Amino acid sequence: MRDKADYARKGIARGRSCVALQYAGGILLVAPNPSSALHKISEIYDRIGFAAVGRYNEYENLRKAGVTYADITGYQFDRHDVTARGIANWYAQTLGTIFTESPKPFEVEIVVAEVGVSPSDDQIYRITFDGSVTDEPGFVAFGGQADQVSAALKERYSDDMSLSEAFAAALAALSAPGNGERPEFAAAQLEVAILDRARDHRTFRRIRAARLEELLAEARPAPTDEPAAGESSAESSGSAPSGSAPGSSTPPSSSGPSSPSSPSDTEPPTGPAPGGSDRGTGLDGGSPL
Amino acid sequence: MGSYFDGSQPGPFGGDPRASGRGQGASGGTPSGFLGLQTSSFTDFLASHSPGLLPGRVVPAAPPIPGADPDPRAPGQAIRDLPHATTIVAAVCDGGVVLAGDRRATAGNMIAKRDVEKVFRSDEFSGMGYAGTGSVGIEFVRLFQVELEHYEKMEGRSLSLEGKANRLAFMVRGNLGAAMQGLVVVPLFVGYDEDGGQGRIFSYDVAGGPYEEHRFYSIGSGSLFARGALKKLYADGMPAADAVLACVQALYDAADDDSATGGPDLPRRIFPVVATITADGFRKLPAAEAAQVAEQVIRERLANPDGPPAALRNG
Repeated sequence: MRDKADYARKGIARGRSCVALQYAGGILLVAPNPSSALHKISEIYDRIGFAAVGRYNEYENLRKAGVTYADITGYQFDRHDVTARGIANWYAQTLGTIFTESPKPFEVEIVVAEVGVSPSDDQIYRITFDGSVTDEPGFVAFGGQADQVSAALKERYSDDMSLSEAFAAALAALSAPGNGERPEFAAAQLEVAILDRARDHRTFRRIRAARLEELLAEARPAPTDEPAAGESSAESSGSAPSGSAPGSSTPPSSSGPSSPSSPSDTEPPTGPAPGGSDRGTGLDGGSPL
Repeated sequence: MGSYFDGSQPGPFGGDPRASGRGQGASGGTPSGFLGLQTSSFTDFLASHSPGLLPGRVVPAAPPIPGADPDPRAPGQAIRDLPHATTIVAAVCDGGVVLAGDRRATAGNMIAKRDVEKVFRSDEFSGMGYAGTGSVGIEFVRLFQVELEHYEKMEGRSLSLEGKANRLAFMVRGNLGAAMQGLVVVPLFVGYDEDGGQGRIFSYDVAGGPYEEHRFYSIGSGSLFARGALKKLYADGMPAADAVLACVQALYDAADDDSATGGPDLPRRIFPVVATITADGFRKLPAAEAAQVAEQVIRERLANPDGPPAALRNG
């Protein structure tokens, strides 16, 4: 048993950490991931996201099983009856069973996050290879050198951060000493997604391309008192308040707590997100016979 | 008579888990059950995991009593008296497609419900309406919505429009057993084809399909009248707003001549449900907007009860 645990722990520690943290407008998930196709972060259900580290085939298998579990629960009952707690418990049981019964434990660590109506309803659960679950209020770092990253994140985390503040905190934590070689991240090496509290129906959105560059520019610590490092990516969508506060301190905070998460800036799981039409199961409104 | 769904026949969903070699998870007892049962089709998953949740599962009809009247409608009054949804129309417009449905459900010769909705979003770029047994239709819509979303989450991409239409065909065929016993439901599927940049319409019969329809189509009890009206009102490349108006006119004509189709209900403010699907996605017209269109149609019909006359000669 101990051998198994050591084996799994070593496997997980080889990778790099991921973080999940709350911000005013939802939950932010960030993972260093050079691949744009093999995701570490995914959508499970309307308000529930999934992030994992470890062996890809194992957590991909768990992700799909989680989607299936969520979809059948939602179909059998109602979409509101799918909760992160239920899914976390299901993962815990599954991983626990695999750990005790199978000769090879899964080398994975999983985070299941659910965005609530208000920040106090948000939930973040972390499930480890042996099936233990922990409830992580506010933020969590997992995989790789999780302790160092977690300590760095704790220093910078505060309630009600804006998206760019939260992203800056996540980036700083991921660049903490001990977590991989590269202290600077480029957009191509990051996988970023949010669960957007303001959206109806499916809240999961990936942040890519121009929007991600913009966030990165905002998050980069300004070397001197130069106004806004964001000028370089000025071509990106104009709606976000880049370069707001000249001479802002280390996390160059953007203009307001509720600033940059307008839905059009982010990509839906697939296809574009036309404003507001992505809502309802179709059975809402009126009486469905 | 069994349906595909109850696993008594090998069907499009691989109804028998033992035969498909995926039975280890079908017990549902072990928590890792889902791990062995992953498919990008939610319907397939249900068929092997919990076939009881599929729509259209009915108790097999009792064998006919020898010597009794071999009435083909053996299930009788009970099933005929279930609420039935009626007319759906669809028309391709410039850069998309319009889908509209009346609001009436009938049970035999009675009106079962006045404010039924039978036009639904199935995903971002597609929608469906149904005619037939309401309860089965609702389950169809729910299952199809989950089916599309499930695929999207599992595979990280949306199905092509043809893929969606074909999936729906399998689901309709799966309901054939139930349809034979009277629980008939037929969908009309429309969507925006992102590859071709145009709206498309697919129709079905009880045994499946899909049949691609061009320009416009209608299903349900009032469909003959609605299609006749659209034939005279439709023009190729109509702007979406015109196509919406044409669809509401067609529904008015259907309600005019078919007792099972409901017209606009002014006193109760119940108007047809209309949706457009374009490059911007699925958009259900807000109640006020739908009311405005319906009121315009009614106003015009006050002067001209049979609606706008078509030109007798071309040119």
